[in-house]
Formats: sequence, C-alpha cells, structure tokens
Amino acid sequence: MANANTPAEDGTLLGWINARFPLTRMWEEQWGKYYAPKNLNNWYLFGSLSLFVLVLQIVTGIFLTMNYKPSAAEAFGSVEYIMRDVEWGWLIRYLHSTGASAFFLVVYLHMFRAMLYGSYRKPRELLWIFGMVIYLVLMAEAFFGYLLPWGNMSYWGAQVIVSLFGTLPVIGAGLVEWIRGDFYISDITLNRFFALHVIALPLLLVFLVVAHLLALHEVGSNNPDGIDVKKHKGPDGHPLDSIPSHPYYSVKDIMGLTAFLVLFCAVVFFAPTLGGLFLEAPNFEPANPMQTPEHIAPVWYFTPFYAMLRAVPAFLGTQVWGVLVMGAAIVLLFFLPWLDRSPVRSIRYRGPIYKIALALFVIWFVVLGYCGLMPAVEPFKTLSVIGTIYYFAYLLLMPWFTRIDSHKPEPERVTYHAH
Amino acid sequence: MTEQVDKGRRQLLTAATALTGAVGAAFAAAPFLASWKPSARAKALGAPVEIDISKLETGSMLKVEWRGKPVWVVRRSQEMVGALDAVDPLLADPGSESSEQPDFARNPARALKPEYLVVLGVCTHLGCAPLSRFTPGDAELGADWPGGFYCPCHGSKFDLSGRVFKGVPAPTNLAVPPYAFVDDNHILVGADQSRAA
Amino acid sequence: MRIDRGLVLALALSLAPPVMAAGGGSYPDAGTDIHDTPSLQRGARNFANYCMGCHSAQYMRWNRLAADLGISEQVLEENLMLAGGKPHDVILSAMPAAQAAEWFGKAPPDLSLIARSRGVDYLSAFLHGFYADPSRPTGVNNTVLANTAMPHVLANLQGLQEAEYELVTREDGVTEQHLVGFKAGAPGELTPEQYDDFVRDTVNFLDYMGEPVKAKRERLGVWVVLFLLVLFLLAWLQKKEYWKDVR
Repeated sequence: MANANTPAEDGTLLGWINARFPLTRMWEEQWGKYYAPKNLNNWYLFGSLSLFVLVLQIVTGIFLTMNYKPSAAEAFGSVEYIMRDVEWGWLIRYLHSTGASAFFLVVYLHMFRAMLYGSYRKPRELLWIFGMVIYLVLMAEAFFGYLLPWGNMSYWGAQVIVSLFGTLPVIGAGLVEWIRGDFYISDITLNRFFALHVIALPLLLVFLVVAHLLALHEVGSNNPDGIDVKKHKGPDGHPLDSIPSHPYYSVKDIMGLTAFLVLFCAVVFFAPTLGGLFLEAPNFEPANPMQTPEHIAPVWYFTPFYAMLRAVPAFLGTQVWGVLVMGAAIVLLFFLPWLDRSPVRSIRYRGPIYKIALALFVIWFVVLGYCGLMPAVEPFKTLSVIGTIYYFAYLLLMPWFTRIDSHKPEPERVTYHAH
Repeated sequence: MTEQVDKGRRQLLTAATALTGAVGAAFAAAPFLASWKPSARAKALGAPVEIDISKLETGSMLKVEWRGKPVWVVRRSQEMVGALDAVDPLLADPGSESSEQPDFARNPARALKPEYLVVLGVCTHLGCAPLSRFTPGDAELGADWPGGFYCPCHGSKFDLSGRVFKGVPAPTNLAVPPYAFVDDNHILVGADQSRAA
Repeated sequence: MRIDRGLVLALALSLAPPVMAAGGGSYPDAGTDIHDTPSLQRGARNFANYCMGCHSAQYMRWNRLAADLGISEQVLEENLMLAGGKPHDVILSAMPAAQAAEWFGKAPPDLSLIARSRGVDYLSAFLHGFYADPSRPTGVNNTVLANTAMPHVLANLQGLQEAEYELVTREDGVTEQHLVGFKAGAPGELTPEQYDDFVRDTVNFLDYMGEPVKAKRERLGVWVVLFLLVLFLLAWLQKKEYWKDVR
C-alpha cells in the first residue's frame, strides 16, 4: 500500500527511486527546504563543522585501523609504523590526532553559542539533552582513543582516570578491576578500549547525531534574537524571516568549512603537537608501568574538569568528593533548560547580570582548563578552587539571577541587515 | 525577493568553487588511496632474495619464496635446452609475446643463462602450483610428453621453459620474475637487471 | 676554565644528598636546524660511530635516512652501516638488549623518538653535562640526568670536566654540596667549540630521526594552506553572491 505522499514515477531515475525510497523528501525535509531564520550569524557554523569533524575522524580512523595493532606489544610500534613506513600514514595520523582536539574545540564553541542565544530553552530542551549526551559520549570516545597509541602518557592517563572509579565506596575496587579486565592497565584493557573506540562509541555517536538533527529540524532553529520566527508566516506557509537552508546555508557552511580547514591544516602541517597541547612529549615514549611521567595532565579538553577534581580535598577518609564534583559539573549542564528562568532567550535582550555572569563563566572555565594543565601548586590550586566554586554558583544560582535580572523588550521580527 | 541577480556571476562563482573544491577533494583522497600501496616495511620484506645455486644439480629444481610466491630455479641439461625449439608448434605462445617476463627472458630458453630457468611456480590459469614432470614420456602424461610442468588443478601443461601448451586452460607462459646473477653461483631474485653484477 | 652551557641548570641542582630530581627544567637552546643537511650528515656519522654501538633506532630505516639526507647507497653501506645488514633494514644496535641491561643496569633506550619525547635542548644539555664523579661505577655523572647509567662515551672528544662544588649549610644545619660549575679536567681531542658543533650535529640528527617527514610536511603545508585560502576566497565570494537575495 503506497504512502499517500509517495510520488508517482515520472520516468527519471530519481522518480524511480522516490517511488521506492523517500530520497527527495528526506533531502527537502532535512535540508533542501528546511527553513532556518535568516539572521543566523557565524556562531551557527560550528554545528556543521562538528558534523564535518565527526566524518573526518571516522574516515581517518578507519584508515588508521588498517595498520594499527591493538596489543600492548605492538601498539606503540604500529603507530610509528604508520608515521614512517605507511605512505602518507603520518598525514592520516596527524589529521586524526588534530581532529580530536578540533572536535572538542568546535563542540565547545557550539555549546557556547547555545548559551549565548538560549538555544536550549523550550521547545529545544531535548535537542540540548541529545547534544549533552553527544558531548559525554565524545569524552568517553576521546578517553578510550587516548590509550591506543600506548605511549607513557596514554598509559598513566588511563591509569589515573580509571582509578577515579576506585574512589566510589563499596563497589570502587571491583569496578576498577572490571573496567581494566586485569589488575593493571594491560593488553586486555587496551584491546577492549580499542573495541569501544572504533566500533561501539562511533556507532552511538552517529545515532545520537541523527537524533540531534531530527530534533532540531522538528522544532526549528533558534536564532540570535531568540524569538520565534514562526509567529509571522508568509503566504507560502514558511516563516517570513526564514530562508531555505539550500542554497543559502549550504554556501555559508561551505564558507565556514573552508575557513576552518585553513586553520586546521595550518596546525596539521606546521604544529601537529601544538607545543605538547595536542600530542604530549611523554607519549613518544612507550608505555612503562614502572615509570610515571614527571607531570601527568589530561589532554586540554578534559582539564577544566580535571582541575575541579583536584580542587576538592579528600575528607572523611575518601577522595570520592572530587569525582562527584566533576560528575556533577557535567550533570548540571543537562538541566540548563530548566535552570534558566529569564523571560528572554538571547543575550541581546538580557540584563547586565546575566551578561557579566556568563562572561565570568567563560573566563573561569578557561582558567580552570589552564590550571588543569599545570602542576598542582600555587597559584593554580587556589584558582582551581575559586573557579570550581564559580562554576557551580553560576549554574545553581541561575534560576535566581536570571529571574531578578532586567531585560529589554524582544523585537517582533528578527534583526537582519543585508550586506 | 530578487531584484537584480547577476546570474552569470553566480554561475561562475558556483562553478569555480565547485571545481576548486573537487580538485581539493581529489588531492585529499590521494593520500588515503596511496596508503594502501606496499609500505616501506612490505618493500623491505619483499626485497630481492639471494639464491645459492652452487649445489643445484643438473636436471633438478630448487624452490625459494619471494614476495609470498614460490620461485623455481631449474638447472637444465644441454639436451633439455636443445630440445626446446622442437616443441614450438605445440605451444600457445612460443615467443613469449603475451607473457610476463623481463625483456632478457623473451627467448626460447626464457632465461638470462639458458642453463638456469627461473620462473614463478604459479599457474597462470588460477594460481595453483604446477608439478615438475621433467622426464619425457611421463607415465601419466603420455608417450609424447616432451618434459615440463603439469598443473594438477585443471590440467595446464608447460614446457621446460615454462611455456604453455595449446589447448589447456592456462592463457600465458609461467611468469619469469626479475632476477640477476650476482656471480656464477648466486642469483638475486627480484633485482632488476641494471643492478646485475 | 670553561663554564659549560649546562651551568645555568647545574646551579639549580643539588648533587650531594638529598639528590634532587632534574625534572621539568629548561635548557639552553640546542641551536639545531633539520634543514641543515650537511649538519644532519655529520650527525648521522656521529650517530653511527658513537651511539649505535649501544643504542638502536628501531623505527628508522637506513635507506630512508640515505634518501632524506642525500647520502649515496655506497657511502651508506661503507660509512654508516657499520654492523652490516641491508639498506632497507631498520637501525639496530650491535649490542643485544638483554646483555646491555646486565652491563649497564638498564637497557640503553631506543633513540628513534628520543628528540620528540625529551626535546633537543634536553639532549644537548645532557651531552654537555657529563663530569667526573668517582663515586659512580662509570666514573661520571650528569647534570641533566643525575646518576645516569650511561658512561661518557664522548670523553675522548670532550675531555672530562671536573665539578666544582660549594658547601652550603642549610637552615636546619645540614651541609649540602652544591655544584657551581666545571673546571677543565683531562683534555679531549676537540676544542670546546668543536665539541659544541659535534653535539649540535648529533642532536640535530636525532631530531630528524624523531620525525623524518617533518621537512616534507612543512614544505607541503605551504601549498595546502595557500590552496585552501584560495578555496576560502571563492567560497566567501559565492556566499556573498547568494546572500544578495536575502534582505
């Protein structure tokens, strides 16, 4: 029984396909005739960039898997084999290692955009939650992937992070053993991390990204004014202030992509280690269970949370509090749609309290990230404590300060100045 | 909503961007495709193999592995070499016109030195390993068998130069790998002739 | 008397008990340049003559090295591949690792990636940092890597510098020996300046080995970025053109 929407065959190949598969309909619904507000600015490029980096990571990852050996005896050597003996292997590896950092960079900017313009607010709560789950899975993906080169930093980084679970009361010790599948980070651990990194989590990520996009195209894009464009519709049934994604956002996203590629390739070709930030020097030494690197720090994208972990002292004989604080820092973000009680969405119409609070939030997040890279000495210890307190104060007090804050009236139509 | 769209300019810019982007995509794809070529390690492992032939007796055969394939070295007697021309009419490609070998082996002996035949022991039909049946008039192959190789998989027959007979499934002669004589007693299989000592 | 470049660091180091770990220090600039091919060639020669007896470079192939450094196969086989082997082999040490561990208490590390994990400045300071210390089994110690198991294999080139100590009494009354500098000991075959060059070439070669593709990567990068800038310009013009519709 044909769907009522199924078009009749018109003799073309496309028509033949469309009578059997909703190719044109899917394209039009999801992109071609998906109407988005015309006033989306450059902050809105980071969504499509995240998608691009995901594809890049999957493609480069597949090619790395062709030569990588997931065993403690061979992993480190196989990475050097890729870097030296495989034709262009070095490029594929640097694209992947730089891509990992680029992924977090664009995702952080994408999330910040949502905070700027209140994109998580009703009716986009689920969209935000899908995004947060993507962020969580991405962190797990990065963590598992970081063990694979089997360098000394890989090894001890995994050691430290896995040990965090050991601080949980009662189940901790057993849980750690279960995660490792051994009594230390071993060949067995490497092998299962590899399976999760190359199959399980990428599949999950792709599925979540599809859900994220479906949710977005269901409710429609927010915009820098944070107002509902659907209030004013034209005779064609589309919002007056919206334009079809194709060609307008197609050409704009392509522009964004090329700009991104300039910066990305500059790093890949001229500074793939980025001074130890993207690839750390101790990781050019094979994993050595007998010798800890002098200074262990996670890769930069984890360091804000790592700083929070270290900022919390042990008390009542356990260190679990730091782990809980770190976990809470991420869990709280899930509730952002309900913590924000402002009558307006966009920063453009919010009062000074929110603007200052958000600016400080960003500054403290960056400071926390910097502290997490540094050894646990002063002034970084104190800064980490202040940063952690601010981070939680910002989120927990948000229901209060967003309500008492002043706000400007929202415009009826979006602000857009043609260039 | 459009008042004056310069269609020509728009088409030109779209074409230029698409074309440049396509060139970029092709350049980006090339390293990924090239990464499938034999790596430096594979090349090292597939480097020329030296064979000591000092102990190889006339009429016998020696097998070595080179790049995962069996390489056969047969030391032929004067009579064996002398009889090669006689089988020409029975062969599909007596002049090795459409077979794989270095230029120096495009002769009836298919060899650098007629005394030594160096061929890949891989049937050109479907890759089985032919058997050596050097004795003329072999019991299994009949009284008119002039001596050569016989593939048990599908019955392809080759003469003592690895040249294929007419009317068998194998399309071409057994392939001759590049090789060179290091000295009278050593063959370097896989070496191109320019490096021959 | 010659004050070594390692002096700055040495001043910060206390050698008598308690021994401080030489961690996270900064070292004088090694002054290396992987684009200086003659320096790399000399470094390769130094490596073959002085390092390879004990250290391997198991990820580096001889023929790659020869191709990158413009060394002919004949020179390679005669002057560098002292332990024999084939040009496509990786660089292995003449010494079996297990035996080495027995002799030195610790197997000499593979040097393929030493410049990437430690940095050229560290390596340069290390090779400058040996001094006589009769309390050590090797008779030498090092300012950069205290109590290193490595003997001073370059002593016949550099000579053996003697440490100058200063006794410092701490607040708690314990007296510490502080290394304040070096004075020349037994002279070597090279002048200090020649030894500096020797170390710079050797470290430069180690840096090259850490990432043989680096020079090519940077050369290629210029073209990639230029191409992408052109593509960006086109994409930007295209976007502006289409967005003329949007009012």
